[in-house]
Amino acid sequence: MCVTCGCSDGAQLTYTRPAKPVADTEPHSHTHVLADGTVITHSHDRAAASEGHPSHPHAHSADDPQNGHSVTTGAKVSARSAAAHAHGTTLTLEQNLLAKNDLIAAQNRGWFKGRNMTALNLVSSPGAGKTTLLVRTITDLRAELPIAVIEGDQETANDAERIAATGCPTIQVNTGTGCHLEAAMVDRALEELSPPENSLVLIENVGNLVCPALFDLGENAKVAMLSVTEGEDKPIKYPHMFRASQVMVLTKIDLLPYVNFDVQQCLDYAYQVNPHLQVFQVSATTGEGLDAWYDWLKSTVKWPGAVDTAC
Amino acid sequence: MHELGITQNIVAIATEHAHGAKVRRLSLEIGQLTAIMPEAIQFCFDVCAQGTPLEGAQLEIIQRPGRGQCRECGHQIALEQPFGVCDCGSTHLDIIQGEELTIKELETETLCA
Repeated sequence: MCVTCGCSDGAQLTYTRPAKPVADTEPHSHTHVLADGTVITHSHDRAAASEGHPSHPHAHSADDPQNGHSVTTGAKVSARSAAAHAHGTTLTLEQNLLAKNDLIAAQNRGWFKGRNMTALNLVSSPGAGKTTLLVRTITDLRAELPIAVIEGDQETANDAERIAATGCPTIQVNTGTGCHLEAAMVDRALEELSPPENSLVLIENVGNLVCPALFDLGENAKVAMLSVTEGEDKPIKYPHMFRASQVMVLTKIDLLPYVNFDVQQCLDYAYQVNPHLQVFQVSATTGEGLDAWYDWLKSTVKWPGAVDTAC
Repeated sequence: MHELGITQNIVAIATEHAHGAKVRRLSLEIGQLTAIMPEAIQFCFDVCAQGTPLEGAQLEIIQRPGRGQCRECGHQIALEQPFGVCDCGSTHLDIIQGEELTIKELETETLCA
């Protein structure tokens, strides 16, 4: 909803044209509504009004490529009144700054849905164990679930090579100086990768707990990963990420005996930031907790035959 | 530095709406609970605007403080970060202000005639 007047999204633009009234003139202000719904409000000084405006001889049309509208002056309006139009135009946009990314993300979401795919956006700080958990997950599930992976890193194809070694279709996206994946990068990666229909697409984002929270890629859910070798206060240190995620995976739990990590405290912090978070505690090394994680992964995939069997 | 990507978006959106006219002023609304630093946007803006109709435009940033509403008792509280605890003890808060990320207005030097 528009915060200016409460109208719905995508409604008309409002052109407001502040005119400086000269002393001893009566500013004449009026509003036009164009055929396309655009509202234009502007004012003229008295000189212009006395010459042409009482009979209102000018019209606006929306076909001017320069500014979206033009003024056709009436026969009696002199160059002087035309000069009175030379003022700034204020456009009220109310447009989301991430609108371009969100639009492409929406396209990606449609692309996934049309092919009956589920996409997950995996986010964590560098070294939390995303790739290790992915390799283990693909190895264990490949018989049951077709998986494709988009790997995001600033540099190197090391992670993609690790994933590709499992036989899973993989593409590496190197963002260079970029600190996160954007929807357009995923769009391009999907074109190159062309994952099979009905598959699970895992998007491993650039290791970063800040920026990826802002950029929708078209995924079904964000999965934040946190390893027990990091601080238990990460959820409140990087609240945006844990708030934007639907799932948190606590990794490397086999190391708990050796590190000073308070699991309960970590969970308390996580639920404080996001009371709806679903949490899995896993170790990709020992396999502990992986069954629950796999069950959840499988539950996110809508099998094409699922409707038929339900009937 | 996600502000760089966001500023590129701002310049792209504003350029599109300016239809070739030179932009004098651009105003943005940025909530304080977004992970966006207004100073960084300002810094990136001068770089991103070069060679576009926005070069030399004045950038206004309106910052909105964070506010949350408790789902349990309906009480509203000020928020410094995107989570908090209500006086009633609940952490189930809906953020009602502070997540704005919007281009509000654009002023161009368009001639009407």
